[in-house]
Amino acid sequence: MISTRKIAKEKMKVVEGSYAVAHAVKVCRPNVISAYPITPQTHIVEDLSQFMADGEIPNCEYINVESEFSAISALVGASAAGARTYSATTSQGLELMHEVLFNVSGMRLPMVMTVANRAVSAPINIWNDQQDSISQRDTGWIQMHAEDPQEAADMVAQSYRISEDRDVLLPVMPCMDAFVLSHVYEPLVLLEQDLVEEYLPPFEPEFVLDPKNPRTFGAFADPSIYTEFRYLQAKAMDKALLKIEEAANEFNEVFGRYYGGLIDEYEKEDAEIVIVAMGSIIGTVKDVIDKLRSKGEKVGLLKVRSFRPFPIEAIRKNLKDAKVIVALDKNISMGLNEGALCTEIKACLYNTDINAPVIGFMIGHGGRDVPPSTINYIIDQARNVMSLGITVESQFTDVKEEMI
Amino acid sequence: MTILPGGVCEPRSTLGNKTGGWRTYRPIFDYDKCIKCKLCELLCPDMAVLPKDDGFFEIDYDFCKGCGICANECPKDAIEMVLEEK
Amino acid sequence: MRNLFASGHRGCAGCCNAMAAKFTLMAAGEDCIIVSPTGCLEVMTTPYPESSWGVPWIHSLFENAAAVASGVEAALKALGKDEKTKVLVIGGDGSTIDIGMRSISGAFERGHDITYVCVDNEAYMNTGVQRSGGTPFDASTTTSPAGRVSFGNPRPKKNMPAIIVAHGSPYVATASLAYPNDMIRKVRAAIDTKGPTYVHVHSPCTTGWGFDTSKTVEVARLAFETAMWPLYEIENGRMTKVNKIKEQKPVEEYLRIQRRFKHLFTMEGGDEEIKKIQHIADQNVLEFGLIE
Repeated sequence: MISTRKIAKEKMKVVEGSYAVAHAVKVCRPNVISAYPITPQTHIVEDLSQFMADGEIPNCEYINVESEFSAISALVGASAAGARTYSATTSQGLELMHEVLFNVSGMRLPMVMTVANRAVSAPINIWNDQQDSISQRDTGWIQMHAEDPQEAADMVAQSYRISEDRDVLLPVMPCMDAFVLSHVYEPLVLLEQDLVEEYLPPFEPEFVLDPKNPRTFGAFADPSIYTEFRYLQAKAMDKALLKIEEAANEFNEVFGRYYGGLIDEYEKEDAEIVIVAMGSIIGTVKDVIDKLRSKGEKVGLLKVRSFRPFPIEAIRKNLKDAKVIVALDKNISMGLNEGALCTEIKACLYNTDINAPVIGFMIGHGGRDVPPSTINYIIDQARNVMSLGITVESQFTDVKEEMI
Repeated sequence: MTILPGGVCEPRSTLGNKTGGWRTYRPIFDYDKCIKCKLCELLCPDMAVLPKDDGFFEIDYDFCKGCGICANECPKDAIEMVLEEK
Repeated sequence: MRNLFASGHRGCAGCCNAMAAKFTLMAAGEDCIIVSPTGCLEVMTTPYPESSWGVPWIHSLFENAAAVASGVEAALKALGKDEKTKVLVIGGDGSTIDIGMRSISGAFERGHDITYVCVDNEAYMNTGVQRSGGTPFDASTTTSPAGRVSFGNPRPKKNMPAIIVAHGSPYVATASLAYPNDMIRKVRAAIDTKGPTYVHVHSPCTTGWGFDTSKTVEVARLAFETAMWPLYEIENGRMTKVNKIKEQKPVEEYLRIQRRFKHLFTMEGGDEEIKKIQHIADQNVLEFGLIE
């Protein structure tokens, strides 16, 4: 199924992306919110604190912690005690949480934390790329990427559904590009309280910190048992593949909006060149594709919505007829010198009958604008690959050669 | 055994782990000297001093590691540490 | 009363952590939730799938116990369970005085209704007796060893209770394993006081300090009797109770029975070092008014 949206103009309001996310959190009725300021996620927690100040979130405690490390740590305790939990962070804050991220997923604690994707220091830079969350890809969190503010907001409700599912019990990181999505004002539908209650069942975990049933959480596992813990976590990720699809489908039934489940596609039907991308760049790519399609060029898009779990089967199926595959990455693995999506796409096509060349472009580091001309340039390169084969497998775009 | 989500454990389940085998010295009560002050019960780091119906105490040798704190602290020297023989 | 802290834990014979946990639970009763940071207590009581704990207990990481406790407390409040269930942290000196400082400072500043019990055995025992901010002056540890040109740890103990007092905590007390009833009373008082409260328990470690397993309590008692470990309570910033020493013993009596101070009795210049330690004790006597 391809993404669809019922446009309900009478319900639309022009709000900031961060407000839409904060509002979505509010109607999901969290019990504990932890917050630490870091640009550009701050507007989300500011808006939530205003909801608290206005008494709009019942049965909820809002904790102004002293660091991101404690923001996520407080939610460990809160989630284990049976609370629905929320936080938001970005960049340095997310990196500071690194150790705890493993802990949350290993303890199988449901949790939702929005990441407003931002570059990492040094040099310090507050603008958008996706290096921060990509660097946390092995922490055992489900990572989803939104294309626009409406999806980022809707993804919050979907994330709770997925995270709290007893077959999953893994934390979810809905990601939205910094500023491009977090600070943009757009007309969108704010999630309706009654529909959310229909969509999202109350959080009723099987095991909680409870004196009446005094269980122990966070025991240590020696070599005779640790492997099984890792295996079970991997199995939960496998199960999440289906749950992410289900959460998207049922969201569509209740709210009339569908962005794809694990993946989405655009103009894919007969596409020879397929661009694979995540996040807000999708909009620019779609615009470029529209123009090229009007000229009869067979270019299409594969949107990766779930980066973890990585939807290997869905991607293989989707790319089976592509002639050239182009991965766009707002991140780089230094030393491998390519982006994570490029690496993952190559890895998932290897050992299959799909022999299409895969090339990667690293775009938009530290908030560098990615105009349609850059996408056009990338597609030109893909055309060359189609006729001449790969000359450069992975490269930066728009590097100012005169400064190097 | 099936692993519960996240590795949740049942309470007081180390009771299955008998630590008495660690012991080198065995505490023995001299009930003629014991004044039932309960200090040995209070101080035992292994909860291995158990009250008896008559108000005196006995050692739970399943768990006593033989640290000797009870004997060292007994105000009446009513506990003797004796070398284990096996 | 059924022990809320069960036998079968893997603590060493004569373990101070086991005693501290047992006394804390005697004070807290069944209706509490314990948060423990990484350390001896965590490792010895919860090797999966076993647990020594008879109350709900959670371990997350080394440096975040106070933040985890903040979250537990906030959750209880949000879910309307906070009136009866108390939240406690039981953590060692490393996780309290060193690596956990930030999260403790945050939790105490925010005013969560939690009680923090620091089981201070004055070094990182779980990893093999490395120096911590709680290690006393001249103690030899595996990362501050005595040697030809060193008398061991060159710095005095960090004064953690004073730091907690500076956060405006309504109840701060020091306690000792040598005085279990005093400790149990203080932990209970801390729990019964609304807000973030703190009990710092001097806890001699047979393995790390190097004394016979039977002498855990004796060493703790000598620390008090030599004025190396004063016992006091501070409520709302004011000293409200000090446990008096009948007759102050010389610090040699405390130092001599511990391997970690043995070098002071064998090295040239050790006498002078012992005098410096005696000075620390004498300053405690003056500062806290320890002598009747």
